[in-house]
Amino acid sequence: MKYFMKKLITLIMTLFLVSVAAFLAFQIIPGDVVTSILGTEATPEREEQLREELGLNKPPVERYFSWVADVLRGDLGESYRYSKNMNEMMPVAELIGDKLPVTLWLAAVSLVLIVVIAIPLGVLWARSSSHFLDAVLGVVTQASMAVPSFFLGILVTYLFGILLKLFAPGSYISCQEDFGGFLKYLLFPALSIAIPKIAMTARFLRNSMLTELQSDYVRTAYSKGCTKRRVMYGHVLRNAMMPVVTFLGMIIAEIVAGSIVIEQVFGLPGIGRLLISSISTRDFPVVEILILYITFVVIFVYFLVDILYRVIDPRISEV
Amino acid sequence: MGDGRKKWGAGKWNKYLLAGLLMTGLALLMGLVGLFWTPYSTTAMSAAEKFDAPSLGHLFGTDNFGRDIFSRVMEGMGTTVVISSLVVLFSGSVGILLGALTGYFGGMLDEIVMRVVDAVNGFPSILLTLVIISILGSGKQNVILSLGIVFVPSYIRIVRSEFIRLRDADYIRRARLMGVGRMRILFVHILPNIFSVFWVSVMIGFNNAILAESGMSYLGIGVQPPDASLGKMLSDAQGYLRTASWYSLAPGLSIVWVVLGFALFSEGIRRRNGREQ
Amino acid sequence: MKRIGILLTALLTMAVLGGCGADGTGESSGDNSSKEPAYGGSVVVGIQQDIDSLDPHEATAAGTKEILFNIFEGLVKPDENGGLINAVASDYTISEDGLVYTFTLRDNVKFHNGNVVTCEDVKYSLERVSGLLDGTPLISTLKTIQAVDILDEKTVQVTVESPNTELIYSFVAAIIPAGSGENEAADPIGTGPFSYVSYTPQVGILLKKNPDYWQAGLPYLDEVNFKIVNSPDSAVLELQGGTIDIYAYLTDSQAQELQESFRVEASPSNVVQALFLNNSSAPLDDVRVRQAICYALDRDMINEFVGGGNGTVISSAMLPTLKDNYVDLNDTYGTTANVEKAKELLADAGYADGLDLEIAIPSNYEFHMQTGEVVVEQLKEAGINATIKAVEWSTWLDDIYNGRQYQATISGITCDTTPGYLLNRFQTDSKKNFINFANAEYDELYLSAQATLDVQEKIEAYAQLQRILCEDAGSAFLQVPANMTAINKKLSGYKFYPVYVQDLSTVFWAE
Repeated sequence: MKYFMKKLITLIMTLFLVSVAAFLAFQIIPGDVVTSILGTEATPEREEQLREELGLNKPPVERYFSWVADVLRGDLGESYRYSKNMNEMMPVAELIGDKLPVTLWLAAVSLVLIVVIAIPLGVLWARSSSHFLDAVLGVVTQASMAVPSFFLGILVTYLFGILLKLFAPGSYISCQEDFGGFLKYLLFPALSIAIPKIAMTARFLRNSMLTELQSDYVRTAYSKGCTKRRVMYGHVLRNAMMPVVTFLGMIIAEIVAGSIVIEQVFGLPGIGRLLISSISTRDFPVVEILILYITFVVIFVYFLVDILYRVIDPRISEV
Repeated sequence: MGDGRKKWGAGKWNKYLLAGLLMTGLALLMGLVGLFWTPYSTTAMSAAEKFDAPSLGHLFGTDNFGRDIFSRVMEGMGTTVVISSLVVLFSGSVGILLGALTGYFGGMLDEIVMRVVDAVNGFPSILLTLVIISILGSGKQNVILSLGIVFVPSYIRIVRSEFIRLRDADYIRRARLMGVGRMRILFVHILPNIFSVFWVSVMIGFNNAILAESGMSYLGIGVQPPDASLGKMLSDAQGYLRTASWYSLAPGLSIVWVVLGFALFSEGIRRRNGREQ
Repeated sequence: MKRIGILLTALLTMAVLGGCGADGTGESSGDNSSKEPAYGGSVVVGIQQDIDSLDPHEATAAGTKEILFNIFEGLVKPDENGGLINAVASDYTISEDGLVYTFTLRDNVKFHNGNVVTCEDVKYSLERVSGLLDGTPLISTLKTIQAVDILDEKTVQVTVESPNTELIYSFVAAIIPAGSGENEAADPIGTGPFSYVSYTPQVGILLKKNPDYWQAGLPYLDEVNFKIVNSPDSAVLELQGGTIDIYAYLTDSQAQELQESFRVEASPSNVVQALFLNNSSAPLDDVRVRQAICYALDRDMINEFVGGGNGTVISSAMLPTLKDNYVDLNDTYGTTANVEKAKELLADAGYADGLDLEIAIPSNYEFHMQTGEVVVEQLKEAGINATIKAVEWSTWLDDIYNGRQYQATISGITCDTTPGYLLNRFQTDSKKNFINFANAEYDELYLSAQATLDVQEKIEAYAQLQRILCEDAGSAFLQVPANMTAINKKLSGYKFYPVYVQDLSTVFWAE
């Protein structure tokens, strides 16, 4: 329990630090949101009016704390840039709520790809005694990890989009429109995300299994007359999967926190793209919440991973 | 591990090491030469030679301004390697300094540094560089600085945990009893003993720096044109994927080449040292 | 994710590469204009940036206005020849002294909500934009309106503060239902050929046919979808994939890539692209240095490299499409590089050994960035060591345009249909004079040009202003880029305008 409290306090502290840092950064970054919204032709009266509407004429410290107070009350504020159909401005919560499913589905499809491909591959790799296969997989996985995500996105677009015409690049289909089409389109960006992660996971699983295979209980199991198959899947894989699961957890955190580059390359309206465009248009309320969300996801997943470790291996002491 | 695996893996000059050395060496050579000499000027434009396909005259073809892509890849490689090395140097030294102090002494400083490290780690690194560049402006120095800042936490963590592990080791206790000064214990007695661990993270860090630098240039916040950079070339080339695919492939595969070479090289070293995991 | 800066920043009025230009003849585009118009169907138009507001009076981004052109109309509206046609008004007169405008409303023009447009609506709309309503003028040129009076149920009289022969162009300001101001952003209601259906941030805006449109027979399409694309690159991919039908701001190479599968048409834009020089920043405060830069540039090559030779090389701030007012000054510095002359001038100014120059460029504009690469290379020949500094659009607006903290920048200034608009910003104390151009003769001449009601006198004054700006090397004016538009081959009737609009009312699917 003490451990939980400590972690919780750390989480809150970190979120606070991050929010202050983001706020300060926005004070320093050149570029005024009012000129950025109104452009060069606006009358000074209009600029002043907008500044007041957005509450930008108040001192920074006051603005920060009123923002904190609003967030604590559950009010995430309104975007400076996006207007909503029936209201004046778009609430940040709603804006993010619109984009989040895209990112989450992308993460889900990527994860399915990773699990479905990486786990059999890792098992095959660990079981195989062929030096040739070992070398090939070794080099192929190394190579997959060496491709930068943006280049991978371009390659996938070129291969599947332009050469094989399996999908129309850039023609994102929204999930309300056609869920099947949406998933089909997501398959390709997900593939770009998944390839390096598959390589990492497969390597990780293989190494983890090789370690397990050398442990005493495997020998004992064999000596008790277990079949190779049973030893492999009943014991080795199960034990070897534990660290892999936590590894996958970190991958999830990474994807859910926004695959900024891949969303951009494939034109997916997820939170990564929203974040980038909000930074460049100085839409502070959106940026601040997104940064907090991302920080929260990352820290929270690491926290879960930590707990999982403790559950698996109670010997881990509190550091 | 079977004996057969060892044939491939371990050994003083295993194949990973050889292949890695060969690839990295070639890339480094090309890059470093490219900083001082290239077959063609990297900026001279020629309307007549727009989008020439790869040929003996232009090994990687030419781009939308009729510039020789091979020459630009050479220069871009050089720039990338130099920037990445400086990033590793910067973040590595800051990491050692802060990691050593926080790991050895603990206390308030440790608390503060670790909270900041947590906060920085919570941020996606690309976002952090973006914000830093927004504040500082673009340019090579700022790329080095921002990536340096982004990479510092991982080094702090590694160095810190090693120092925590070693600070209570017998030989350190003995040195303390003998009245050896704190700084001497930190940097003469402990530091050399963490190098084997530190070295691995430097190699990983170097590759990450290359990927991050090219990513930033790809986003337009890295090296500024008309200086050649692999990432920027790739983003310029993206629109011509159908008509001039060589323009995308040349810088893209060059990045893969150097990163893969370095990864194989470090894998080879690991295997030689018999620490495959 | 291409250059971060590019990201979806608003294309404001001071933007680039925009603008549908007229090809001078004003004919509707296309080789298949002879085909029979067919009704029905929908079209997807790719746009580069998100919408800043759906309120026609508050929207400032050029990229938004080009869309709202389909939803809203003013008393008059621009036509494809750079002139005006009557829209909500069927007729108007201007008093001799230029102070009173009298508009007669067209019969039976209906808003999208079904109500007929009344004088009340016109009065409300004009009072709203001029600031008479709440003291906040929304369109600066209309601040001059002193009173809007309803004479009878079809006639509205507008009184202005000072005469200005170009003011009539500002009456393109949208007419909206009386009292609807606050709701327009949420539920835009106008009189245009299409009515608003829905808007999704970062995705796009959907319009449907206005069955009551006053121009008989228009529009042809049932539905128009303006879809936001990430970057010009993904626009090309989308065009090829068949998910968008029309896309306007292609680079030359992209246009070539699409040449076979699409009808690609070039027309002059309404943008003056220049290497803007900060006249009060050393060493550019020396006219010889500025002139040297003008001589050092090979504008034909710039046009060739970044525009495929489709742009129009210029030497001062005027669009060649505004034929009456444009003077060709390309002989002043020549259109190719004169390195000798440039070096000579630099030596005179005390920079025989060359000088450093930092060119800030808004990174979201690929066209300006590419121009920058060519410019740097050309300046090198003359011994000028130029470097590019990419800045985000918001930073550009703040630091460079408003703050004037820069040496040189490459950007574009857009022109609406009024020629004086391009020239007025170079008055010494103009708020928009971001190059800090200071020339007393220019200021005086501009004021007298504004005061005169004599058209010929005005044209001569404008010509002289262009000459001063060019000879004093206010900036290195480069070109009016061509606007390359890709149109689905099965579509007909797309019209090019010399202002920044996309008119979908005349577009139809050919059988």
